[in-house]
Amino acid sequence: MLEIGLVHYLTVAAILFTLGVFGIFLNRKNVIIILMSIELMLLAVNINLVAFSVHLNDLVGQIFALFVLTVAAAESAIGLAILVVYFRNRGSISVEDVNMMKG
Amino acid sequence: MNLTADLMIASPELFVAIAAMFLLIFGVFQGNQSTRLVSWLGVGVMFIAAILVLAGPVGRVVAFNDLFVVDGFANFAKILLLLGAALTLILAVPFNAREGIPQFEYPVLILFAVLGMMMMVSANDLISLYLGIELQSLSLYVLAAIRRDAVRSTEAGLKYFVLGALSSGILLYGMTLVYGFAGSTGFDDLAAVFAESAGDGAPIGVIVGLVFIIAGLAFKVSAVPFHMWTPDVYEGAPTPITAFFAVAPKIAAMALFVRVMLEPFGDLFDQWQQVIWFISLASMILGSFAAINQTNIKRLMAYSSISNMGFVLVGLAAGNETGVQGVLLYLTIYLFMNVGTFACILAMRRQGRMVEDIDQLAGLSRTNPKMALALAIFMFSMAGIPPLAGFFGKLYVFLAAIEAELYTLAVIGLLTSVVGAFYYLRIVKLMYFDDPLDAFDQPVGREISTIVFGTSVVTALFAIIILVFPLLDSAANAAATLFAV
Repeated sequence: MLEIGLVHYLTVAAILFTLGVFGIFLNRKNVIIILMSIELMLLAVNINLVAFSVHLNDLVGQIFALFVLTVAAAESAIGLAILVVYFRNRGSISVEDVNMMKG
Repeated sequence: MNLTADLMIASPELFVAIAAMFLLIFGVFQGNQSTRLVSWLGVGVMFIAAILVLAGPVGRVVAFNDLFVVDGFANFAKILLLLGAALTLILAVPFNAREGIPQFEYPVLILFAVLGMMMMVSANDLISLYLGIELQSLSLYVLAAIRRDAVRSTEAGLKYFVLGALSSGILLYGMTLVYGFAGSTGFDDLAAVFAESAGDGAPIGVIVGLVFIIAGLAFKVSAVPFHMWTPDVYEGAPTPITAFFAVAPKIAAMALFVRVMLEPFGDLFDQWQQVIWFISLASMILGSFAAINQTNIKRLMAYSSISNMGFVLVGLAAGNETGVQGVLLYLTIYLFMNVGTFACILAMRRQGRMVEDIDQLAGLSRTNPKMALALAIFMFSMAGIPPLAGFFGKLYVFLAAIEAELYTLAVIGLLTSVVGAFYYLRIVKLMYFDDPLDAFDQPVGREISTIVFGTSVVTALFAIIILVFPLLDSAANAAATLFAV
């Protein structure tokens, strides 16, 4: 019987994190998807923290995960607020339209 | 250590936090006509916080179960960032009144960002580091988009938010790996763990985590290859906010960067030195060459700040006490040059509208000789021409690089500063040798002209200032506290 250990959790977290990063860079459609990708990255980080916390038998990791959850909530609130004012000005939230300034 | 003693150690931060919340409530009750008053109160709060920092404990003390540290290095960085934030807030008062940014939240958000920065430079644990960075970043995202009815400002806010959140994610992922493989989040514990295993090398997980952390922090100081947000955010954000972005968060992030690299990861110097070496070199080169083609002066300042951060990182790559002293001196000089230049940019108005094209400065020496002289001083200083301030900043970081035998970095750095001199001196040439355009609007406002005067005097007479004031010694003492642990 296969036992699920630290390595499995870390692999899942690494895959989720990579998906999040790719979601930000490859997505050409919608800024909302970028917000979801950011959330995915932060949740992957939380899986890492909790897995390490159990493995090390140290509570700090779980406390850290709670802080990350709180900050992630604030971050999405601010992200959505900026997105709303942007939509009011531009009338679109397509990633291709975020191009008033060329970098 | 009991609670009262802990609270006393963190008194500047507590004061800023309580005062910012008080000003927020005050603003809510008084409405937007109180913006001017709230701004000046905010400047006062930062002034008192700076006094509290100076009156704080001497030597290294930790508080709140080792989450928070106050030492000479943190105090030096806090004074610098409070000064930068206060000066840019003063610049914003006349700008906000005439450009129609009525929100009283503006100074309140700046105070919250400053609180986050003060926590960053005093962080002694990965958790407090993360919370400080996020408090700062969340306030900065909103500040970039504060002009709610302008497409450019909101677009700057959106871009800053997406890339800032990405960098926080990368930073956090690195922290989890370091936590998992080293077994602690406290800087002191991490330093002890790495000192023990210094002989046989750190586990690979820690090295990967360290690289992620460097990438996340490089985003915050806008070092190449994580600089792409900088020009767009600088161009889109309202000019006083750009001035603020160019000064205070850069100082805080760089101080944090230095502390994280030298305190917990000090024994992994051989591993991170090559990474810092590369991003420093890349920032200097890209910052200098990409600025040549810019036509917008705010974008030019963005690339200028990228190359300046490259120069500061030279001091970190050296990794010795002279290097950290050079970093602190460079940041001090950078603060005065940048605040002064942005004050000049704020004075670039014609028929009641802001102009941001570099060409619009043509012939300024005939239409407004004082402003042209001040801007010429800043440009010569940024180009690193002695005896102006910018020369001394570069001198000390390159001295440290020579001391650490980083000859390639020092030589290429000096060459890029020659390239940089080209675009700085082009502005001087425009102002002094081209045919004049219409004069800029007069008067520019008492706040702006006072700050232009003050910063240009400091920049021009810096050689005398370091002789009269013990700036070199205090920077050296602050640097020494990082190595005394």
